[in-house]
Amino acid sequence: MGIQVKYFASLRDRLGRAEDRLEPRGEVTVAEVWAALWPETPLPPNTLTAVNLEYADPGQVVRDGDEVAFFPPVTGG
Amino acid sequence: MKVELRSKPFDPLLELGLYQASLDERRPGRYGATAIFIGTMRDFNGDETVRGMTLEHYPGMTERHLQRIVAAARGEWPLLDTLVIHRVGELQPNDPIVLVAVWSAHRAAAFAACRCIMEELKSKAPFWKREDTTDGPRWVEHNTPG
Repeated sequence: MGIQVKYFASLRDRLGRAEDRLEPRGEVTVAEVWAALWPETPLPPNTLTAVNLEYADPGQVVRDGDEVAFFPPVTGG
Repeated sequence: MKVELRSKPFDPLLELGLYQASLDERRPGRYGATAIFIGTMRDFNGDETVRGMTLEHYPGMTERHLQRIVAAARGEWPLLDTLVIHRVGELQPNDPIVLVAVWSAHRAAAFAACRCIMEELKSKAPFWKREDTTDGPRWVEHNTPG
């Protein structure tokens, strides 16, 4: 199944892609998902994270089949 | 209560009229106050000219959070009904971006809830603006304070 990873807006443009998939080895946190996919790139400051469409802390545990998203501060309205 | 995302331009006053007509049928004589907020696209940001804008969102998460923001307002104030419409996609200057309308028996709840829904939407709903300026496209990094 794997963890579905999504990037939005300026972060997606910076990374050059909108999605990733990660096969987790055991239990991982949101921060560890990022580190596994982008070992050379620290998570940019102010980046917001979500798990299964809910805001989440970088320390939140992610399970196989979850959807994780990384995006910049929101600017709607 | 209605929350909608629109990918094409919409006329907020027309939407308001249509929705209020349906409310008049469903809850005749109940509301004494209607507060509305309409956000419209400017052709400037700071000193720069803005020619167009793209509004990106996170399908699924955006709708969920808009619903939750409205539900929280309805829990806090005695509201009779609410209408929220927000654009996504390509916009031109003068295009409406967002409509928030709140109906209640008295004005205090309508004013407060309309403001609250708008502020919560701006800080929590996952939307992102990319402006097409004379210097090229640029992501808006943060919202201007109220």
